[in-house]
Amino acid sequence: MKLSKYFVKKLRNEGVSEYVIRKLQEKLSTYQEIPTKVLKKIVEKVIEKYNSALIEPSENIGVVTAQSVGEPGTQMTLRTFHFVGVKELNVTLGLPRLIEIFDARNKPSTPTMIVPLKKPYSQSKDKAMKVAIKLEELLVEDILTDHETDENAMEVILYLDKDAMKSRDVKVKDLKALLQKIKNVKVLYSESDPSVIRISPLQQLNIKQLNKLKDRVLNLKIKGISGIRRTVVRRVDKEDGTFEWVIATEGSNLKDMLKVPEVDRNRVYTNDIFEVYNVLGIEAARIVIIREAMKVLEDQGLDVNIKHIMLIADAMTRTGKIKQIGRHGIVGEKPSPLAKAAFEITTKHLYDAAIRGAIDELKGVAENIIVGQPIKTGTGKVKMYFDIMKYIENLAS
Amino acid sequence: MEKDNYDILEHELVPKHVVLSKEESKKLLKRLKVKPYNLPWIRASDPVCKRIGAKPGSIIKIIRKSPTAGITVYYRFVIPG
Repeated sequence: MKLSKYFVKKLRNEGVSEYVIRKLQEKLSTYQEIPTKVLKKIVEKVIEKYNSALIEPSENIGVVTAQSVGEPGTQMTLRTFHFVGVKELNVTLGLPRLIEIFDARNKPSTPTMIVPLKKPYSQSKDKAMKVAIKLEELLVEDILTDHETDENAMEVILYLDKDAMKSRDVKVKDLKALLQKIKNVKVLYSESDPSVIRISPLQQLNIKQLNKLKDRVLNLKIKGISGIRRTVVRRVDKEDGTFEWVIATEGSNLKDMLKVPEVDRNRVYTNDIFEVYNVLGIEAARIVIIREAMKVLEDQGLDVNIKHIMLIADAMTRTGKIKQIGRHGIVGEKPSPLAKAAFEITTKHLYDAAIRGAIDELKGVAENIIVGQPIKTGTGKVKMYFDIMKYIENLAS
Repeated sequence: MEKDNYDILEHELVPKHVVLSKEESKKLLKRLKVKPYNLPWIRASDPVCKRIGAKPGSIIKIIRKSPTAGITVYYRFVIPG
């Protein structure tokens, strides 16, 4: 059954969006035949439903959003930690994560990435594992059994872990080359025991400086992407029956991850909103805000319509930067001193306004409630005038 | 690691950005009855802005994929910064 041109035109004339028309057509195509009478009723019902779902001009959608997110938010459990997948990767969820998103914190407390791979790597676990190991950040510290500072000889001594080096595919030669790059030190190897490396500084150092040097050596990066502390290879089953292996990581570094050739770069995802903002721009950050917030809410079994979250994300990204919802973000930028005073730290805002000689134009909601005027939203937005002369004329005739 | 530069416009998180011409901008502002500054902003330092070469003062049309409306169009005004 197809929607005839007449009905499509009717729907369009009533202002129904193309998306709804397309969806309706899709739905109708599953039916064999529908009498025109019934079809007419369906179309009329669609128009009615569509119009009733529209927001009217000057409706306070922000308040509706605040309520729709706030009330379910009170039901959220404070259980913060949650294990994802079979192997545990810690991810902050629930209320703490939601606060993190809306407060626009610079770094999430548990940054993670989802890294899909290109074709041959995504199909076999072994290949995916190999890529995962390559991505993981490997520090000098990770391939040692022990380390110490010799305070008599003023040396840093490293004891290499042969097994760890083998499993992570690190050669002594590479390590030597890396250590050689440190300035002002001499690297000594004993011929008898190749697993011992001694690093002696060329200058006279005190013990504090020696310990500093040790820390620097231990934190040298051998390979991998800095920030990626752990990786877990995970199987993802898709809806069409196929599957792929993806890498989930602890720690996030979007910029460097986009340089790895084995990675399906177009689909790399991170939960670090600011990183997305810096690398992919404000629009991508908006999408990540929506996704992350929806993920938290859905995870807790809360049914919040995505439109509310979209409104919040739009408000947060309006100025081209990510602004938190709160005193330093959206509310903080209101021009009205009375509105700011009504929100938090009343006296400070009033003093500031007095010092600056600020003017309140009484355009917002809070200001008008303070001075006892009708607010200029909803039905208060429009004015009605009564033409008494015409009324009298009408009465007379 | 390869050294080739990744094109961020190909990433699935980045919607399509189009710089409007002067006439298109005028038409849009007339239709919406707003000043450019009333539109949502985007910084000129935004990675996408740099990539498509949008200068402060121009208007960018963003074609988003929306989970509720299929495709939606959004506009941002490029500001310096």
